[in-house]
Amino acid sequence: MNNVGLLTIFMLSIFVGFEVISKVSAVLHTPLMSGANAIHGIILVGAILITGSAQGGIQLTLGVVAIVLATGNMVGGFVVTDRMLEMFKGRNKAKAAVAADAKDADGRPIT
Amino acid sequence: MSTATQVAYFVTSLCFILALKGLSSPKTARNGNLIGAFGATLAVVVTVAQRGLGHRPLIIGAIVVGTALAIPAARLVKMTAIPQMVALFNGVGGGAAMLVALDEYVRLHTVDSTAAAIAVAFTAIVGSVSFTGSLITFAKLQELMTGRPILVPGAQIVTCAVGLGAVGCGIAAVAASSVPLAVICTGLSLVLGVLFVLPVGGADVPVVISLLNAFTGLTVAASGYVLDNTLLIVAGTLVGASGTMLTQLMARAMGRRITGVLFGAFSGPSTAGSTAEVVSGDRAVRSAGADDIAILLAYARKVAIVPGYGLAVAQAQHTCRELVDLLESRGVQVFYAIHPVAGRMPGHMNVLLAEANVPYEQLKEMDDANPEFSSTDVAVVVGANDVVNPAARDSVGSPIFGMPILNVDEAANVVFMKRSMRPGFAGIDNALLYHPKTTLFFGDAKDSLSKLVAAIKNL
Repeated sequence: MNNVGLLTIFMLSIFVGFEVISKVSAVLHTPLMSGANAIHGIILVGAILITGSAQGGIQLTLGVVAIVLATGNMVGGFVVTDRMLEMFKGRNKAKAAVAADAKDADGRPIT
Repeated sequence: MSTATQVAYFVTSLCFILALKGLSSPKTARNGNLIGAFGATLAVVVTVAQRGLGHRPLIIGAIVVGTALAIPAARLVKMTAIPQMVALFNGVGGGAAMLVALDEYVRLHTVDSTAAAIAVAFTAIVGSVSFTGSLITFAKLQELMTGRPILVPGAQIVTCAVGLGAVGCGIAAVAASSVPLAVICTGLSLVLGVLFVLPVGGADVPVVISLLNAFTGLTVAASGYVLDNTLLIVAGTLVGASGTMLTQLMARAMGRRITGVLFGAFSGPSTAGSTAEVVSGDRAVRSAGADDIAILLAYARKVAIVPGYGLAVAQAQHTCRELVDLLESRGVQVFYAIHPVAGRMPGHMNVLLAEANVPYEQLKEMDDANPEFSSTDVAVVVGANDVVNPAARDSVGSPIFGMPILNVDEAANVVFMKRSMRPGFAGIDNALLYHPKTTLFFGDAKDSLSKLVAAIKNL
């Protein structure tokens, strides 16, 4: 793709990135950071591509180590985020069982 | 790249946007994360299945090894240790980006544009800083090293020199297509990451993790440019932009400026120390034992619990809940007042209390909690200090002036559970500690809470 095309994608992504984050309660800052962290684990795709076209021992070693690290970033990131959010959800269910719908009705987010 | 692969990458990009969107609202957060995981898996599967990919068994083997290492680490980590785990995962991501960049250096003769070469140098430098920087933040939070700022005279000059050296070598490596220069550039950048994070104080570390997270995102975007891969550009830029935003939100919630966080403690530790001495003077504090405080709590109508960093460190969230349950069974109305930056990361305290099964109705965010304090009989501050310091509200000259605080001083009585009289991480004295309505209860948060539980049971 030409440079202008890539620049367009870059600029639009910046705006989307700012937009989706602009109103987030502090409660979710930690899971959000962790989730974003998992997303940049997508460097794994880059690591796979360079390993796939590697020539010689040095390139292959760099690529394989990069794959292991990137997989750790991606898989670990998503799993740890899910664990954090699981707790919110677990409590949410317990609460629903006890308090029925009454307290959900005021529209307060369950956090 | 085949059309099918491109479509898959497009779907993944959409998944990532939806994931971030979902993660910003409590109700959709978990699904958002799952959508992100689905997108990532799709992209990886499609990439591995791509025709003409060499070394496929080796690649799959490396992915299996990485997964086998990451899942137990992520599943078994204690909830209190989550921040350092995030730092570690961020670090290895930065490391991966750095290695991808190094690989591009090795084959630099195939990089035909200057722009791409600059992107490679950028990835190598920033990826390396993110890698070692994150490892140092991990060491600080894991208490493998001191969490206090490590300040050496002249360190800033050394840091600048190393930074300039890294950039210089990067430019030279790009200009001369030289592999040895690229290796030196990466080495200097690794050192730079260490120097960058060493002067940062323990409680500021989360802001730095968030910043390094944004850095890693940008390096991924730069690698995407080099590899001509739009998915990496979109995903990396999303994380870079949202991470920068998040860093600002976090710093603001702590009443700090990002530059202040990065360039060491407020105006240097010496000034902060001397202010504390002048202010504290010889004023007396009142401390009491478990029995006195138990009586105070048991016969109160309304009690506020203000948990902080100390509670997280002592892992006292379960004991704290036990105390609250006990008080409630005696008819005392209890609520938790949560400051946005309580714990080790913004929102971390909510995660910890959720783990201890504290009901949601008892948790009050700062804006909801503050009007309650004037009708509260006892406010119990467990291991927090700066977030309840009235100086942030009242004294214009204070370094933390302007930071939003919990108005604990409006309660009829204040009980501080502290390990010592040492000021909080900001190094600023808290006048509330010397107030006549304040009682201090010295000790580790968990021990103190257990003693209180025992004492109330004996009443």
